[in-house]
Amino acid sequence: MSTVTLAGSTVDVDAEGFLTDPMQWNEQIAAEIAAENGIAELTDRHWQVISFMREKYLESGSAPSIRSLGKTSGVPIKELYALFPKGPAKLAAKIGGIPKPRGCI
Amino acid sequence: MIITAGRADRGLEAPGACSRQENSAATARLGHLSRAAADTQDDGAMAHRIVILGGGTGGTLVANRLSRLLGLDARITVVDRDDRHIYQPGLLFVPFGLAGAEEIVRSRHEQLRDGIDFRLAEVERVEAGENSVYLADGSFIEYDVLVIATGAVLQPEETEGLRWGESVHTFYSLDGARALRGALAAFKGGRLVVNIVDMPIKCPVAPLEFCFLADWQLREHGLREDVELTLVTPLDGAFTKPLASERLGALLAKKQITVQSEFATGLVDADAGRIVSWDEREVPFDLLVAIPVHGGPGYVPRSPGLGDELGFIPTDRRTLQCAVAPNVFSIGDAANVPTSKAGSVTHFEGEAVTENIQRFLEGDELTGEYDGHANCFIETGFHKALLIDFDYDTEPLPGRFPDAHVGLPLMAESRLNHIAKLAFQPLYWHVLLPGRDIPGVGSEFHPAAQRADTNATGGTS
Repeated sequence: MSTVTLAGSTVDVDAEGFLTDPMQWNEQIAAEIAAENGIAELTDRHWQVISFMREKYLESGSAPSIRSLGKTSGVPIKELYALFPKGPAKLAAKIGGIPKPRGCI
Repeated sequence: MIITAGRADRGLEAPGACSRQENSAATARLGHLSRAAADTQDDGAMAHRIVILGGGTGGTLVANRLSRLLGLDARITVVDRDDRHIYQPGLLFVPFGLAGAEEIVRSRHEQLRDGIDFRLAEVERVEAGENSVYLADGSFIEYDVLVIATGAVLQPEETEGLRWGESVHTFYSLDGARALRGALAAFKGGRLVVNIVDMPIKCPVAPLEFCFLADWQLREHGLREDVELTLVTPLDGAFTKPLASERLGALLAKKQITVQSEFATGLVDADAGRIVSWDEREVPFDLLVAIPVHGGPGYVPRSPGLGDELGFIPTDRRTLQCAVAPNVFSIGDAANVPTSKAGSVTHFEGEAVTENIQRFLEGDELTGEYDGHANCFIETGFHKALLIDFDYDTEPLPGRFPDAHVGLPLMAESRLNHIAKLAFQPLYWHVLLPGRDIPGVGSEFHPAAQRADTNATGGTS
C-alpha cells in the first residue's frame, strides 16, 4: 500500500491504484482517476454507475460484477463497456474509490 | 410423488399437502425458531421437520449426515425434480470417451439413508416468512429448517446467439457432453475454442482440464499440428488465484494452448464461426466448447428475499446460514459464499451445515464454521493430474496434501494425482454422499502442510 496525491488530497492506494479507504474519496478525485484512465469527462451515465457501485459496496462490502451491474444498475452491459472501456466493473470501482472487485473464484 | 428411502419404519406421515388453515396456524406459532420447532410437535410426533431442496451432492450428504446425527428427532424430506444424480466431475471425461454417459448417473433416492423421504417435484417458490415451500402442483411443505442445495443452473439463453448445434457445444451437461463426444470424433482440424462466457462457473478448473485432455487426445490421434487450441476467459489469467494462475498458465503455454484473457463474451455467431466480446474483440472458431453463464434455478427469483440478482443465495460464509431467515441454510453451488463452486467445497461445508442445523434446533449459538477450504484435481492429460488446495484466505501453494510428508504433491503434475482423481468416484458414491468422512481428509484447511514442503515439488512451470 502507498499514498498518492489526487486532486490535492493524499489518499491510500493499493499496488494497482485502487483506493483502500472509500471515505477518502471525493468527486474531484474521481474525475482525476477517470482522466488518468482515458475518460476525459464523466457524464451523468458514468455517475449513475459509479454511484451505484459505491452504494452497493458500502452496503454489502463487495462490489458488484459486470453481470450484476447489467441487471441492476439500469445501464446495460453494452453501454457499460462503452462508458468504461475494457473492464467496466474494475474501472468504475477505481474511479468510485472502492477496492478492486474480488472477482469470482 | 413421495418415495421413502428404504423402510418407512417410523409410521409418520410425510410432511406434505396439509391444508392452508393448518399452515396459517402453524405459521402463527413460528415466531422464534427453536421454540417453533418444539411448539409444532404435537400428536406425539416429536420430530423436527427438515426440508432439503436439491438431491445432488450437498442435499444428499446433508440429508444423510442429519439423519445419522438426529435419528428419530428429525423428519427429513429431500425434494428434487428428477431422480438422476450425476457425478459431475465425470462430465469432463465423457467427450473424450473416457467415461460413458450412463456410468456417471445413479438414482438420487437410492443415495439416501433409510427413512429419508424423497419427493419428486418442481419447486414453485419458497416463502421463508411462512416457513413453507410451494410446489408446482399447488401443494406446499412446511419446515422447521430449510436447506437450499439446488446448485447452479446453466443459462445459455443469457448470451445472445448461444444455442447448442453442430459447431457449438458444452460439456457442462450430460446431453451436451454426449453430443460433444460425437463432434470431437468428427473434428479433423481447425480452430477449437474453449470459452468461459462469464464467472462464476462450477469447477473453474474444468475448462483448463478440457484443454489439456483435448491436447492429449489430438496428439494421440496425430491431429495436434492441425488444430489451434484456444482458451478464452473473462479472467485476467488461467485461474482466479495468482500463483496457481501462473503455474497453470505456464502449463498451457507448454502445451501450445493459447489463452485469450479478459474476454467477456457478448455474442456467439455460429454462422460466421466467431465469438464477439462486449468491447468488440473477436475470436474465430470451427468448434466452440462454451461454458455458459450460471445462475440460480427459476424458483429463486420467485421466492421473496431468498436470492441475489443472479439467483444465488446470500449466505454467511462461515456459518452457512442464509440472510433470508435464521432457519434457512445453504450448501454448495447455490450459496453465494466467496469460494469456488465445486464438489470439494460442498463436501467440506457439510460438517459446518449439519452442526449448525443441530445447534439451531437446540437453540444454541452457531459455532460450526466453514473456512473456505477447497481442493481440485486438475487432469493434465497423459495419465497425470495436478492438485490444488486453498481456503478463503490462503491461495493454492506448492507442498503436499493432506500431510506435508506423506501425501499427494500440490501444484505439480503427477501420476499419483491422476490415480487419486480416478479413485475418487467410488469414494464419492460410498463415502462422501453417505456423509462419512474420507480418512485423512478433514474439512479444515491446513496451510502448514503446504508451506512445509515448498522446495520438493518438482514444479511444472
